Amino acid sequence: MADEVILLDAWNSAFGMRVRVALAEKGIKYEYKEQDLGNKSPLLLKMNPIHKKVPVLIHNGKPICESAIIVQYIDEVWNDKAPLLPSDPYEKAQARFWVDYIDKKMYDVGRRVWSSKGEELEAVKKEIIQHLKLLEGELGDKPYFGGETFGFVDIGLIGFYSWFYTYETLGNFSIEAECPKLIAWAKRCMEKESVSKSLADPHKVYEFIKGIKKMLGLE
Amino acid sequence: MEEVKVYGVWASPHSQKVIWALKLKGVKFDYIEEDLHNKSQKLLQYNPVYKKIPVLVHGEKPVAESVVILDYIEETWPENPLLPKDAYERAVARFWIQFGQEKSPTFHAFFRTAGEQQEKAVKEALEVLKILEEKGLGDKKFFGGNNIGLVDISFGWLAHWLEGMEEVVGIKLMEPSTLPRLHKWIKNFKEVPVIQENLPDPEKLLAYFKVLREKFVRDLPSNDQ
Repeated sequence: MADEVILLDAWNSAFGMRVRVALAEKGIKYEYKEQDLGNKSPLLLKMNPIHKKVPVLIHNGKPICESAIIVQYIDEVWNDKAPLLPSDPYEKAQARFWVDYIDKKMYDVGRRVWSSKGEELEAVKKEIIQHLKLLEGELGDKPYFGGETFGFVDIGLIGFYSWFYTYETLGNFSIEAECPKLIAWAKRCMEKESVSKSLADPHKVYEFIKGIKKMLGLE
Repeated sequence: MEEVKVYGVWASPHSQKVIWALKLKGVKFDYIEEDLHNKSQKLLQYNPVYKKIPVLVHGEKPVAESVVILDYIEETWPENPLLPKDAYERAVARFWIQFGQEKSPTFHAFFRTAGEQQEKAVKEALEVLKILEEKGLGDKKFFGGNNIGLVDISFGWLAHWLEGMEEVVGIKLMEPSTLPRLHKWIKNFKEVPVIQENLPDPEKLLAYFKVLREKFVRDLPSNDQ
């Protein structure tokens, strides 16, 4: 029986990018359906009635919500190639811990970067640097967070790379200057087709945010 | 077999979750009570990122964050499974566990605030509980089906801690008339022997909540009281 896989997503969602990367790593064929988050489709509301958010993976008609959960589901179901999570329970726990950290910290600061200014913006900037430095420390000298191979934590963080240019431009700072190893890691990930084809263009993301700010009178 | 240690605090439902999971699987462990006003060097060493309990230490390897710990316990000791075998059902279970995590600020606000802010939190909390009852629990005996699982464990705080919070705050959220299935679930959950035998003393918990509530109200900006 052929699998029917549909992804409800938004082009600039760092969380949606996680799922795109995971699907690409596994070579899974799927239908991508771009969602307008300002005007949510009946399909999205039906498939994710509780949160009404993207991404949602629909596998043979059944929805799976929450990007970290979706990636784990993909790894468990399509377990014949490209393992995304470590097999060792302890290593798996560490990977889950860091993706949870990214979930808790990165979305919130990302949103506050474009919605704040002045002192508040300075504070958010410091937080971003703090989180990225901690993650850079966790990466250490490994090529990927998972070690020799690209895995769950790499997938968990890489989507945010497409937002770095926005953070840097709005906050007037250089992430590369603060976290050179992390940027080197991001560029290494971008050499993978599964990543380069899944991530949004950073300049497009910035233009989009500029547009939002103008619309909300937040310039 | 490698030694298992749990760092926790008697009043915390998060450390209790870890204890329940280990006991349901018959895993022997040592429990270390932490003083959150004077955290031990070990705790700070084992959880440098958050410096919080609970932490599970297996051999000398620490695992932090209760959601991550529960998954680790399930995978390391697969006997008496607490998650479904089917990948889709497992994703649904994880969804509900995460839902509970995401909504905890609402219940914090319920307990820690007053006036308009609290009213808003009460309204949100009731919506959350309704969703949980209708979409999460449905007509099942437990979130896990016929037997308790990680989702039940994650919501265990509703079965024993919420009561004390409601009494101290003077507002009831878990009305049997509006949330009959959750109410029944609470009864079923507390009848599971491992749960029944591993709950903090309700009187002690109530006294603890009273002290906490007084402190929170005292620290509120005066126009919120």
